[in-house]
Amino acid sequence: MGEEFVVLSLAPMLIGVFAAVACAIPGNFLLLRRQALIGDAISHVVLPGIVVAFLVTGVVAAWPMMLGAGGASLVAVGLIEAIRRLGGIEPGAAMGVVFTAMFAGGVLLLEQSDTSSVHLDVEHALYGNLESLIWLDAQGWASLADIGALRGLPPELPRMALTLVLVTGLTWVFWRPLKLSTFDEAFARTVGLPVSLIGLGLVVVAAIAAVAAFDAVGSIIVIAMFICPPAAARMVTNGLEAQVAWSIGFAVLSAVLGYVLAGYGPLWLGFDDAVSAAGMIATVSGAILGLAAAFGPCRHRSGVSASAP
Amino acid sequence: MSVELVTTEANREDRDALAASPLAVRGLTVSYGEKPAVFSLDATFEQGAMTAIIGPNGAGKSTMLKAALGIVKPVSGQVTAWGEDLEEMRARIAYVPQRATVDWDFPARVLDVVMMGQYRKLGLLGRVKTKHMQTALHCLERVGMDGFADRQIGQLSGGQQQRVFLARALAQDAELYLLDEPFAGVDAATETAIISVLKDLRGLEKTVVAVHHDLSTVAEYFDRVFIISTSKVAEGAVADAFTQSNLQKAYGGRLATAQMGALG
Repeated sequence: MGEEFVVLSLAPMLIGVFAAVACAIPGNFLLLRRQALIGDAISHVVLPGIVVAFLVTGVVAAWPMMLGAGGASLVAVGLIEAIRRLGGIEPGAAMGVVFTAMFAGGVLLLEQSDTSSVHLDVEHALYGNLESLIWLDAQGWASLADIGALRGLPPELPRMALTLVLVTGLTWVFWRPLKLSTFDEAFARTVGLPVSLIGLGLVVVAAIAAVAAFDAVGSIIVIAMFICPPAAARMVTNGLEAQVAWSIGFAVLSAVLGYVLAGYGPLWLGFDDAVSAAGMIATVSGAILGLAAAFGPCRHRSGVSASAP
Repeated sequence: MSVELVTTEANREDRDALAASPLAVRGLTVSYGEKPAVFSLDATFEQGAMTAIIGPNGAGKSTMLKAALGIVKPVSGQVTAWGEDLEEMRARIAYVPQRATVDWDFPARVLDVVMMGQYRKLGLLGRVKTKHMQTALHCLERVGMDGFADRQIGQLSGGQQQRVFLARALAQDAELYLLDEPFAGVDAATETAIISVLKDLRGLEKTVVAVHHDLSTVAEYFDRVFIISTSKVAEGAVADAFTQSNLQKAYGGRLATAQMGALG
Protein backbone atom coordinates (compact mmCIF):
# COMPACT_ATOMS: atom_id res chain seq x y z
CA MET A 1 0.00 0.00 0.00
CA GLY A 2 2.54 2.61 -1.00
CA GLU A 3 3.27 4.82 -3.92
CA GLU A 4 1.55 2.61 -6.47
CA PHE A 5 -1.68 2.63 -4.44
CA VAL A 6 -1.70 6.44 -4.22
CA VAL A 7 -1.08 6.84 -7.95
CA LEU A 8 -3.38 4.14 -9.27
CA SER A 9 -6.07 3.44 -6.71
CA LEU A 10 -6.56 6.29 -4.26
CA ALA A 11 -8.41 8.68 -6.58
CA PRO A 12 -10.72 6.11 -8.21
CA MET A 13 -11.52 4.56 -4.85
CA LEU A 14 -12.40 7.93 -3.32
CA ILE A 15 -14.46 8.90 -6.36
CA GLY A 16 -16.28 5.58 -6.12
CA VAL A 17 -16.96 6.11 -2.41
CA PHE A 18 -18.17 9.70 -2.88
CA ALA A 19 -20.41 8.74 -5.81
CA ALA A 20 -21.87 5.77 -3.92
CA VAL A 21 -22.67 7.82 -0.80
CA ALA A 22 -24.05 10.80 -2.76
CA CYS A 23 -26.53 8.48 -4.49
CA ALA A 24 -27.35 6.35 -1.44
CA ILE A 25 -28.44 9.28 0.77
CA PRO A 26 -31.32 10.55 -1.43
CA GLY A 27 -31.96 6.91 -2.33
CA ASN A 28 -33.23 6.32 1.22
CA PHE A 29 -36.04 8.82 0.79
CA LEU A 30 -36.85 7.77 -2.78
CA LEU A 31 -37.13 4.17 -1.56
CA LEU A 32 -39.52 5.08 1.28
CA ARG A 33 -41.59 7.18 -1.14
CA ARG A 34 -41.76 4.21 -3.53
CA GLN A 35 -39.94 6.28 -6.13
CA ALA A 36 -36.74 4.24 -6.15
CA LEU A 37 -37.05 3.77 -9.89
CA ILE A 38 -36.46 7.49 -10.41
CA GLY A 39 -32.71 6.92 -9.94
CA ASP A 40 -32.88 4.28 -12.62
CA ALA A 41 -34.77 6.66 -14.89
CA ILE A 42 -32.40 9.59 -14.40
CA SER A 43 -29.28 7.53 -14.95
CA HIS A 44 -30.67 6.23 -18.25
CA VAL A 45 -31.89 9.55 -19.62
CA VAL A 46 -28.52 11.22 -19.11
CA LEU A 47 -27.23 9.31 -22.16
CA PRO A 48 -29.32 11.23 -24.73
CA GLY A 49 -28.53 14.43 -22.82
CA ILE A 50 -24.81 13.80 -23.12
CA VAL A 51 -25.02 12.85 -26.79
CA VAL A 52 -27.01 15.98 -27.59
CA ALA A 53 -24.51 18.09 -25.63
CA PHE A 54 -21.70 16.52 -27.66
CA LEU A 55 -23.51 17.10 -30.97
CA VAL A 56 -24.14 20.75 -30.07
CA THR A 57 -20.69 21.61 -28.74
CA GLY A 58 -18.59 19.10 -30.68
CA VAL A 59 -16.33 18.42 -27.74
CA VAL A 60 -16.20 15.88 -24.98
CA ALA A 61 -15.93 18.20 -21.98
CA ALA A 62 -17.34 17.77 -18.54
CA TRP A 63 -19.47 20.87 -18.10
CA PRO A 64 -21.45 20.83 -21.39
CA MET A 65 -22.12 17.13 -20.82
CA MET A 66 -23.28 17.63 -17.27
CA LEU A 67 -25.52 20.44 -18.41
CA GLY A 68 -26.91 18.22 -21.18
CA ALA A 69 -27.44 15.41 -18.69
CA GLY A 70 -29.08 17.76 -16.21
CA GLY A 71 -31.35 19.13 -18.94
CA ALA A 72 -32.32 15.65 -20.05
CA SER A 73 -33.19 14.61 -16.51
CA LEU A 74 -35.39 17.67 -16.10
CA VAL A 75 -37.15 16.83 -19.38
CA ALA A 76 -37.60 13.27 -18.15
CA VAL A 77 -38.99 14.32 -14.78
CA GLY A 78 -41.42 16.68 -16.55
CA LEU A 79 -42.49 13.96 -19.00
CA ILE A 80 -42.98 11.43 -16.20
CA GLU A 81 -45.18 13.87 -14.28
CA ALA A 82 -47.15 14.75 -17.43
CA ILE A 83 -47.75 11.11 -18.40
CA ARG A 84 -48.68 10.22 -14.85
CA ARG A 85 -51.20 13.05 -14.53
CA LEU A 86 -52.65 13.12 -18.05
CA GLY A 87 -52.68 9.36 -18.47
CA GLY A 88 -53.75 8.68 -14.89
CA ILE A 89 -51.30 5.78 -14.60
CA GLU A 90 -48.99 4.75 -11.78
CA PRO A 91 -45.61 6.51 -11.51
CA GLY A 92 -43.59 3.33 -12.05
CA ALA A 93 -45.16 2.74 -15.44
CA ALA A 94 -44.67 6.38 -16.45
CA MET A 95 -41.00 6.21 -15.49
CA GLY A 96 -40.55 2.93 -17.35
CA VAL A 97 -42.00 4.38 -20.54
CA VAL A 98 -39.98 7.60 -20.38
CA PHE A 99 -36.56 6.28 -19.50
CA THR A 100 -36.53 3.36 -21.91
CA ALA A 101 -37.71 5.60 -24.75
CA MET A 102 -35.15 8.29 -23.97
CA PHE A 103 -32.31 5.82 -23.49
CA ALA A 104 -33.16 4.14 -26.80
CA GLY A 105 -33.23 7.56 -28.44
CA GLY A 106 -29.79 8.24 -27.00
CA VAL A 107 -28.41 4.97 -28.40
CA LEU A 108 -29.85 5.79 -31.84
CA LEU A 109 -28.37 9.29 -31.77
CA LEU A 110 -25.03 7.85 -30.75
CA GLU A 111 -25.02 5.32 -33.59
CA GLN A 112 -26.09 7.85 -36.19
CA SER A 113 -23.61 10.53 -35.23
CA ASP A 114 -19.89 10.46 -35.78
CA THR A 115 -18.63 9.79 -32.30
CA SER A 116 -16.10 7.17 -33.28
CA SER A 117 -13.22 9.59 -32.82
CA VAL A 118 -14.09 10.32 -29.22
CA HIS A 119 -14.52 8.25 -26.12
CA LEU A 120 -18.28 8.18 -26.13
CA ASP A 121 -20.13 4.92 -26.38
CA VAL A 122 -22.79 2.90 -24.65
CA GLU A 123 -20.28 0.84 -22.72
CA HIS A 124 -18.69 3.99 -21.36
CA ALA A 125 -22.10 5.28 -20.37
CA LEU A 126 -22.87 2.10 -18.44
CA TYR A 127 -19.55 1.37 -16.75
CA GLY A 128 -17.85 4.76 -16.70
CA ASN A 129 -14.08 4.76 -16.58
CA LEU A 130 -13.28 4.62 -12.91
CA GLU A 131 -9.95 2.79 -13.39
CA SER A 132 -8.62 5.51 -15.69
CA LEU A 133 -9.05 8.28 -13.12
CA ILE A 134 -5.50 7.92 -11.85
CA TRP A 135 -3.34 10.51 -10.11
CA LEU A 136 -0.16 10.66 -12.23
CA ASP A 137 1.38 13.57 -10.33
CA ALA A 138 1.49 11.67 -7.09
CA GLN A 139 4.81 10.43 -5.69
CA GLY A 140 3.33 8.73 -2.64
CA TRP A 141 1.34 9.58 0.47
CA ALA A 142 3.41 12.77 0.89
CA SER A 143 1.79 14.14 -2.27
CA LEU A 144 -1.41 14.68 -0.31
CA ALA A 145 0.34 17.69 1.24
CA ASP A 146 1.83 18.89 -2.04
CA ILE A 147 -0.30 21.60 -3.69
CA GLY A 148 1.33 21.10 -7.07
CA ALA A 149 0.59 17.41 -7.06
CA LEU A 150 -2.95 17.95 -5.73
CA ARG A 151 -3.67 20.14 -8.79
CA GLY A 152 -3.05 17.05 -10.89
CA LEU A 153 -5.90 15.12 -9.27
CA PRO A 154 -8.56 14.00 -11.71
CA PRO A 155 -11.21 16.77 -11.83
CA GLU A 156 -13.90 14.18 -11.15
CA LEU A 157 -12.64 13.89 -7.58
CA PRO A 158 -13.29 17.49 -6.41
CA ARG A 159 -16.52 17.55 -8.43
CA MET A 160 -17.81 14.40 -6.78
CA ALA A 161 -16.66 15.61 -3.35
CA LEU A 162 -18.54 18.88 -3.88
CA THR A 163 -21.65 16.98 -4.93
CA LEU A 164 -21.44 14.84 -1.80
CA VAL A 165 -21.08 17.94 0.39
CA LEU A 166 -24.13 19.48 -1.31
CA VAL A 167 -26.26 16.34 -0.94
CA THR A 168 -25.24 15.82 2.68
CA GLY A 169 -25.74 19.48 3.61
CA LEU A 170 -29.20 19.72 2.05
CA THR A 171 -30.28 16.44 3.63
CA TRP A 172 -29.07 17.64 7.03
CA VAL A 173 -30.78 21.04 6.84
CA PHE A 174 -34.08 19.70 5.46
CA TRP A 175 -34.10 16.48 7.48
CA ARG A 176 -37.33 17.19 9.40
CA PRO A 177 -39.42 18.33 6.43
CA LEU A 178 -38.11 15.39 4.38
CA LYS A 179 -38.91 12.86 7.10
CA LEU A 180 -42.31 14.37 7.83
CA SER A 181 -43.46 14.67 4.23
CA THR A 182 -42.11 11.22 3.35
CA PHE A 183 -44.05 9.58 6.19
CA ASP A 184 -47.29 11.56 6.01
CA GLU A 185 -47.63 14.02 3.16
CA ALA A 186 -51.17 15.16 4.04
CA PHE A 187 -50.18 15.96 7.62
CA ALA A 188 -47.02 17.72 6.41
CA ARG A 189 -49.18 19.92 4.21
CA THR A 190 -51.39 20.88 7.16
CA VAL A 191 -48.43 22.08 9.24
CA GLY A 192 -47.63 24.40 6.33
CA LEU A 193 -44.86 22.50 4.57
CA PRO A 194 -44.61 22.96 0.78
CA VAL A 195 -44.83 19.22 0.10
CA SER A 196 -44.74 19.42 -3.71
CA LEU A 197 -41.63 21.58 -3.56
CA ILE A 198 -39.99 19.15 -1.12
CA GLY A 199 -40.77 16.24 -3.44
CA LEU A 200 -39.39 18.13 -6.43
CA GLY A 201 -36.31 19.22 -4.46
CA LEU A 202 -35.57 15.61 -3.55
CA VAL A 203 -35.78 14.51 -7.18
CA VAL A 204 -33.57 17.42 -8.30
CA VAL A 205 -30.94 16.58 -5.66
CA ALA A 206 -31.10 12.93 -6.75
CA ALA A 207 -30.65 14.09 -10.35
CA ILE A 208 -27.60 16.20 -9.44
CA ALA A 209 -26.04 13.24 -7.63
CA ALA A 210 -26.88 10.91 -10.52
CA VAL A 211 -25.46 13.21 -13.20
CA ALA A 212 -22.25 13.94 -11.29
CA ALA A 213 -21.79 10.27 -10.49
CA PHE A 214 -22.62 9.23 -14.04
CA ASP A 215 -19.86 11.49 -15.33
CA ALA A 216 -17.32 9.82 -13.07
CA VAL A 217 -18.43 6.22 -12.71
CA GLY A 218 -21.19 5.42 -15.21
CA SER A 219 -24.82 4.60 -14.73
CA ILE A 220 -24.49 1.05 -13.32
CA ILE A 221 -23.18 2.36 -10.00
CA VAL A 222 -25.82 5.09 -9.93
CA ILE A 223 -28.68 2.65 -10.39
CA ALA A 224 -27.27 0.24 -7.83
CA MET A 225 -26.47 2.86 -5.20
CA PHE A 226 -29.88 4.52 -5.29
CA ILE A 227 -31.52 1.24 -4.33
CA CYS A 228 -29.21 -1.42 -2.87
CA PRO A 229 -27.60 0.30 0.17
CA PRO A 230 -30.87 1.95 1.34
CA ALA A 231 -32.89 -1.23 0.81
CA ALA A 232 -30.29 -3.31 2.67
CA ALA A 233 -30.17 -0.70 5.47
CA ARG A 234 -33.97 -0.80 5.83
CA MET A 235 -33.75 -4.51 6.61
CA VAL A 236 -31.10 -3.97 9.26
CA THR A 237 -32.79 -1.23 11.30
CA ASN A 238 -36.20 0.25 12.10
CA GLY A 239 -35.22 3.90 12.47
CA LEU A 240 -34.80 6.44 9.69
CA GLU A 241 -31.66 8.02 11.17
CA ALA A 242 -30.06 4.62 11.62
CA GLN A 243 -31.22 3.54 8.16
CA VAL A 244 -29.44 6.45 6.48
CA ALA A 245 -26.30 5.79 8.55
CA TRP A 246 -26.29 2.09 7.62
CA SER A 247 -26.90 2.91 3.95
CA ILE A 248 -23.83 5.19 3.96
CA GLY A 249 -21.82 2.38 5.55
CA PHE A 250 -23.02 -0.12 2.95
CA ALA A 251 -22.27 2.33 0.11
CA VAL A 252 -18.70 2.85 1.35
CA LEU A 253 -18.22 -0.89 1.82
CA SER A 254 -19.53 -1.62 -1.69
CA ALA A 255 -17.26 0.98 -3.27
CA VAL A 256 -14.07 -0.07 -1.46
CA LEU A 257 -14.65 -3.82 -1.55
CA GLY A 258 -15.90 -3.68 -5.14
CA TYR A 259 -12.88 -1.71 -6.28
CA VAL A 260 -10.42 -4.03 -4.56
CA LEU A 261 -12.16 -7.20 -5.79
CA ALA A 262 -12.28 -5.88 -9.36
CA GLY A 263 -8.58 -5.00 -9.31
CA TYR A 264 -7.17 -7.97 -7.45
CA GLY A 265 -9.88 -10.61 -7.38
CA PRO A 266 -9.21 -12.04 -10.84
CA LEU A 267 -5.45 -12.18 -10.09
CA TRP A 268 -6.12 -14.15 -6.92
CA LEU A 269 -8.22 -16.55 -8.97
CA GLY A 270 -5.45 -16.97 -11.50
CA PHE A 271 -6.81 -14.77 -14.30
CA ASP A 272 -4.69 -12.11 -15.96
CA ASP A 273 -6.99 -9.12 -16.32
CA ALA A 274 -8.87 -7.05 -13.81
CA VAL A 275 -12.65 -6.71 -14.28
CA SER A 276 -14.76 -3.55 -14.43
CA ALA A 277 -14.67 -1.79 -11.08
CA ALA A 278 -18.10 -0.23 -11.65
CA GLY A 279 -19.62 -3.62 -12.39
CA MET A 280 -17.96 -5.17 -9.34
CA ILE A 281 -19.05 -2.32 -7.04
CA ALA A 282 -22.66 -2.74 -8.18
CA THR A 283 -22.37 -6.50 -7.74
CA VAL A 284 -21.05 -6.16 -4.20
CA SER A 285 -23.91 -3.81 -3.30
CA GLY A 286 -26.33 -6.40 -4.67
CA ALA A 287 -24.64 -9.11 -2.60
CA ILE A 288 -24.97 -6.95 0.53
CA LEU A 289 -28.66 -6.48 -0.24
CA GLY A 290 -29.01 -10.25 -0.64
CA LEU A 291 -27.36 -10.87 2.72
CA ALA A 292 -29.56 -8.25 4.40
CA ALA A 293 -32.66 -9.82 2.86
CA ALA A 294 -31.62 -13.24 4.16
CA PHE A 295 -30.33 -12.29 7.63
CA GLY A 296 -31.36 -8.69 8.39
CA PRO A 297 -33.11 -8.39 11.76
CA CYS A 298 -35.85 -6.13 10.32
CA ARG A 299 -36.46 -7.93 7.04
CA HIS A 300 -40.08 -8.85 7.77
CA ARG A 301 -42.74 -6.30 6.99
CA SER A 302 -44.27 -5.91 10.40
CA GLY A 303 -47.85 -5.56 9.14
CA VAL A 304 -47.69 -8.88 7.28
CA SER A 305 -47.70 -12.20 9.06
CA ALA A 306 -45.06 -14.71 8.09
CA SER A 307 -47.62 -17.22 6.89
CA ALA A 308 -49.38 -14.80 4.54
CA PRO A 309 -49.09 -15.82 0.89
CA MET B 1 -81.56 50.21 -3.77
CA SER B 2 -83.22 48.22 -1.07
CA VAL B 3 -81.93 44.99 -2.59
CA GLU B 4 -78.38 46.29 -2.33
CA LEU B 5 -78.87 47.19 1.30
CA VAL B 6 -80.09 43.73 2.10
CA THR B 7 -77.06 42.21 0.36
CA THR B 8 -74.57 44.32 2.30
CA GLU B 9 -76.38 43.49 5.48
CA ALA B 10 -76.13 39.80 4.63
CA ASN B 11 -72.45 40.18 3.77
CA ARG B 12 -71.73 41.85 7.07
CA GLU B 13 -73.56 39.14 8.92
CA ASP B 14 -71.62 36.47 7.07
CA ARG B 15 -68.35 38.23 7.82
CA ASP B 16 -69.20 38.15 11.52
CA ALA B 17 -70.11 34.48 11.25
CA LEU B 18 -66.79 33.73 9.52
CA ALA B 19 -64.76 35.64 12.11
CA ALA B 20 -66.43 33.69 14.92
CA SER B 21 -65.90 30.31 13.27
CA PRO B 22 -62.62 28.39 13.62
CA LEU B 23 -63.24 26.93 10.17
CA ALA B 24 -65.66 27.98 7.47
CA VAL B 25 -65.92 27.26 3.77
CA ARG B 26 -67.93 29.10 1.12
CA GLY B 27 -68.79 27.72 -2.29
CA LEU B 28 -66.30 24.86 -2.00
CA THR B 29 -66.21 22.64 -5.08
CA VAL B 30 -63.69 19.83 -5.54
CA SER B 31 -63.40 17.55 -8.53
CA TYR B 32 -61.12 14.55 -9.05
CA GLY B 33 -62.35 13.86 -12.55
CA GLU B 34 -65.39 14.91 -14.52
CA LYS B 35 -67.82 14.68 -11.64
CA PRO B 36 -67.48 16.96 -8.62
CA ALA B 37 -66.67 15.13 -5.38
CA VAL B 38 -68.12 17.99 -3.37
CA PHE B 39 -70.20 20.73 -4.91
CA SER B 40 -70.66 24.31 -3.81
CA LEU B 41 -70.44 23.67 -0.08
CA ASP B 42 -71.04 26.27 2.58
CA ALA B 43 -70.10 25.24 6.10
CA THR B 44 -69.55 27.18 9.31
CA PHE B 45 -68.15 25.08 12.14
CA GLU B 46 -68.95 26.33 15.60
CA GLN B 47 -66.34 27.36 18.15
CA GLY B 48 -66.09 25.05 21.15
CA ALA B 49 -68.40 22.39 19.70
CA MET B 50 -67.90 18.82 18.57
CA THR B 51 -69.21 18.45 15.04
CA ALA B 52 -69.63 15.22 13.10
CA ILE B 53 -69.43 15.30 9.30
CA ILE B 54 -71.68 12.47 8.17
CA GLY B 55 -72.92 11.18 4.86
CA PRO B 56 -72.94 8.00 2.75
CA ASN B 57 -69.78 6.44 1.27
CA GLY B 58 -68.40 8.61 -1.52
CA ALA B 59 -70.43 11.62 -0.37
CA GLY B 60 -67.27 13.74 -0.12
CA LYS B 61 -66.78 13.79 3.68
CA SER B 62 -63.01 13.31 3.62
CA THR B 63 -62.64 15.37 0.47
CA MET B 64 -64.37 18.29 2.13
CA LEU B 65 -61.97 18.09 5.07
CA LYS B 66 -58.91 17.75 2.84
CA ALA B 67 -59.95 20.67 0.66
CA ALA B 68 -60.66 22.82 3.72
CA LEU B 69 -57.10 22.06 4.88
CA GLY B 70 -55.50 22.69 1.49
CA ILE B 71 -54.43 19.03 1.08
CA VAL B 72 -56.41 18.76 -2.15
CA LYS B 73 -56.86 21.77 -4.37
CA PRO B 74 -60.47 22.87 -4.79
CA VAL B 75 -61.83 23.95 -8.16
CA SER B 76 -63.38 26.95 -6.47
CA GLY B 77 -64.35 28.22 -3.05
CA GLN B 78 -62.93 30.01 -0.05
CA VAL B 79 -61.69 28.70 3.26
CA THR B 80 -61.26 30.86 6.33
CA ALA B 81 -60.06 30.07 9.84
CA TRP B 82 -61.28 32.53 12.47
CA GLY B 83 -62.11 34.80 9.54
CA GLU B 84 -58.51 34.86 8.32
CA ASP B 85 -56.63 33.14 5.52
CA LEU B 86 -56.06 29.47 6.41
CA GLU B 87 -52.29 29.63 5.77
CA GLU B 88 -51.92 32.25 8.51
CA MET B 89 -53.74 30.08 11.02
CA ARG B 90 -51.99 26.73 10.51
CA ALA B 91 -50.34 26.84 13.94
CA ARG B 92 -53.80 26.72 15.59
CA ILE B 93 -55.07 23.73 13.60
CA ALA B 94 -54.32 20.06 14.24
CA TYR B 95 -55.16 17.26 11.82
CA VAL B 96 -55.58 13.52 12.21
CA PRO B 97 -55.55 11.83 8.77
CA GLN B 98 -57.11 8.48 8.05
CA ARG B 99 -54.87 5.80 9.48
CA ALA B 100 -54.67 3.91 6.19
CA THR B 101 -53.18 6.86 4.27
CA VAL B 102 -49.66 6.26 5.57
CA ASP B 103 -47.28 3.33 5.32
CA TRP B 104 -46.89 2.00 8.87
CA ASP B 105 -43.76 0.12 7.81
CA PHE B 106 -42.00 3.48 7.74
CA PRO B 107 -38.86 3.24 9.89
CA ALA B 108 -39.98 5.21 12.94
CA ARG B 109 -40.79 4.74 16.60
CA VAL B 110 -43.99 5.91 18.26
CA LEU B 111 -42.14 8.85 19.85
CA ASP B 112 -40.79 9.93 16.42
CA VAL B 113 -44.34 10.22 15.09
CA VAL B 114 -45.62 12.18 18.09
CA MET B 115 -42.60 14.51 17.84
CA MET B 116 -43.72 15.35 14.29
CA GLY B 117 -46.62 17.21 15.90
CA GLN B 118 -44.13 19.72 17.27
CA TYR B 119 -42.57 20.55 13.90
CA ARG B 120 -43.85 24.12 13.93
CA LYS B 121 -42.32 24.71 17.38
CA LEU B 122 -38.99 23.13 16.45
CA GLY B 123 -38.60 24.43 12.90
CA LEU B 124 -35.87 23.24 10.56
CA LEU B 125 -32.96 22.97 12.95
CA GLY B 126 -34.29 23.81 16.42
CA ARG B 127 -32.78 21.66 19.15
CA VAL B 128 -35.07 19.03 20.66
CA LYS B 129 -35.08 19.83 24.36
CA THR B 130 -36.31 17.86 27.34
CA LYS B 131 -39.55 19.86 27.43
CA HIS B 132 -40.37 18.78 23.85
CA MET B 133 -39.82 15.15 24.78
CA GLN B 134 -41.94 15.56 27.90
CA THR B 135 -44.75 17.13 25.87
CA ALA B 136 -44.68 14.17 23.48
CA LEU B 137 -44.65 11.63 26.33
CA HIS B 138 -47.49 13.45 28.07
CA CYS B 139 -49.57 13.36 24.87
CA LEU B 140 -48.99 9.60 24.67
CA GLU B 141 -50.18 9.33 28.25
CA ARG B 142 -53.36 11.23 27.44
CA VAL B 143 -54.31 8.65 24.79
CA GLY B 144 -53.38 5.76 27.10
CA MET B 145 -50.22 4.83 25.19
CA ASP B 146 -47.58 5.52 27.83
CA GLY B 147 -44.94 2.86 27.71
CA PHE B 148 -45.16 2.60 23.92
CA ALA B 149 -42.76 5.47 23.10
CA ASP B 150 -39.96 3.24 21.83
CA ARG B 151 -42.21 0.78 20.00
CA GLN B 152 -41.79 0.42 16.23
CA ILE B 153 -44.96 1.88 14.67
CA GLY B 154 -45.50 -1.15 12.42
CA GLN B 155 -45.91 -3.36 15.50
CA LEU B 156 -48.98 -1.49 16.73
CA SER B 157 -52.57 -2.61 16.34
CA GLY B 158 -54.92 -0.45 14.28
CA GLY B 159 -56.41 1.12 17.37
CA GLN B 160 -52.99 1.89 18.82
CA GLN B 161 -51.92 3.49 15.53
CA GLN B 162 -55.01 5.68 15.65
CA ARG B 163 -54.18 6.75 19.19
CA VAL B 164 -50.60 7.61 18.16
CA PHE B 165 -52.03 9.83 15.43
CA LEU B 166 -54.28 11.51 18.01
CA ALA B 167 -51.28 11.99 20.33
CA ARG B 168 -49.41 13.68 17.46
CA ALA B 169 -52.37 16.05 17.00
CA LEU B 170 -52.40 16.79 20.75
CA ALA B 171 -48.68 17.61 20.52
CA GLN B 172 -49.62 20.33 18.03
CA ASP B 173 -51.31 22.13 20.94
CA ALA B 174 -53.96 23.53 18.62
CA GLU B 175 -57.38 25.10 19.08
CA LEU B 176 -59.12 23.33 16.23
CA TYR B 177 -58.86 19.56 15.81
CA LEU B 178 -59.89 17.97 12.50
CA LEU B 179 -60.13 14.20 12.42
CA ASP B 180 -60.79 11.97 9.42
CA GLU B 181 -62.68 8.80 10.46
CA PRO B 182 -60.97 8.51 13.88
CA PHE B 183 -63.14 5.52 14.88
CA ALA B 184 -62.81 3.52 11.66
CA GLY B 185 -61.73 -0.05 12.37
CA VAL B 186 -60.61 0.52 15.96
CA ASP B 187 -61.30 -1.62 19.01
CA ALA B 188 -63.78 -0.61 21.71
CA ALA B 189 -61.06 0.42 24.18
CA THR B 190 -59.57 2.78 21.62
CA GLU B 191 -62.94 4.25 20.76
CA THR B 192 -63.56 4.99 24.45
CA ALA B 193 -60.07 6.48 24.86
CA ILE B 194 -60.45 8.70 21.79
CA ILE B 195 -63.89 10.01 22.64
CA SER B 196 -62.79 10.81 26.19
CA VAL B 197 -59.79 12.81 24.85
CA LEU B 198 -62.06 14.67 22.43
CA LYS B 199 -64.55 15.49 25.18
CA ASP B 200 -61.66 16.78 27.32
CA LEU B 201 -60.68 19.03 24.43
CA ARG B 202 -64.21 20.39 24.22
CA GLY B 203 -64.01 21.01 27.99
CA LEU B 204 -60.98 23.20 27.27
CA GLU B 205 -63.04 25.27 24.77
CA LYS B 206 -61.32 23.63 21.79
CA THR B 207 -63.21 22.90 18.61
CA VAL B 208 -63.47 19.36 17.26
CA VAL B 209 -64.64 18.37 13.76
CA ALA B 210 -64.62 14.69 12.83
CA VAL B 211 -65.63 12.75 9.75
CA HIS B 212 -67.81 10.04 11.24
CA HIS B 213 -69.49 6.99 9.76
CA ASP B 214 -71.35 5.36 12.63
CA LEU B 215 -74.79 6.98 12.81
CA SER B 216 -75.65 5.09 16.00
CA THR B 217 -73.10 7.06 18.06
CA VAL B 218 -73.65 10.54 16.59
CA ALA B 219 -76.07 11.74 19.27
CA GLU B 220 -73.96 10.28 22.07
CA TYR B 221 -70.59 11.71 20.92
CA PHE B 222 -71.34 14.97 19.13
CA ASP B 223 -73.11 18.32 19.64
CA ARG B 224 -73.56 19.21 16.01
CA VAL B 225 -73.74 17.51 12.62
CA PHE B 226 -72.92 18.49 9.08
CA ILE B 227 -74.72 16.17 6.68
CA ILE B 228 -73.23 15.94 3.21
CA SER B 229 -74.12 14.15 0.02
CA THR B 230 -71.80 15.89 -2.47
CA SER B 231 -73.71 19.05 -1.57
CA LYS B 232 -74.77 20.15 1.88
CA VAL B 233 -77.93 18.47 3.17
CA ALA B 234 -78.12 20.01 6.62
CA GLU B 235 -76.00 21.69 9.27
CA GLY B 236 -76.88 22.38 12.89
CA ALA B 237 -77.30 21.03 16.40
CA VAL B 238 -77.86 17.28 16.60
CA ALA B 239 -81.39 17.82 17.92
CA ASP B 240 -82.35 19.99 14.92
CA ALA B 241 -80.38 18.64 11.97
CA PHE B 242 -79.88 14.94 12.73
CA THR B 243 -83.39 14.03 11.68
CA GLN B 244 -84.83 11.12 9.81
CA SER B 245 -85.86 13.28 6.86
CA ASN B 246 -82.37 14.83 6.49
CA LEU B 247 -80.74 11.42 6.67
CA GLN B 248 -83.20 10.08 4.15
CA LYS B 249 -82.21 12.94 1.83
CA ALA B 250 -78.50 12.19 2.23
CA TYR B 251 -78.53 8.39 2.26
CA GLY B 252 -81.63 7.69 0.21
CA GLY B 253 -82.33 3.99 -0.04
CA ARG B 254 -78.89 3.19 1.36
CA LEU B 255 -79.92 3.95 4.92
CA ALA B 256 -80.50 0.67 6.72
CA THR B 257 -83.55 0.48 8.93
CA ALA B 258 -81.33 -0.67 11.81
CA GLN B 259 -79.47 2.63 11.62
CA MET B 260 -82.72 4.53 11.49
CA GLY B 261 -83.76 2.71 14.64
CA ALA B 262 -80.86 4.33 16.45
CA LEU B 263 -82.57 7.68 15.98
CA GLY B 264 -85.27 6.54 18.38
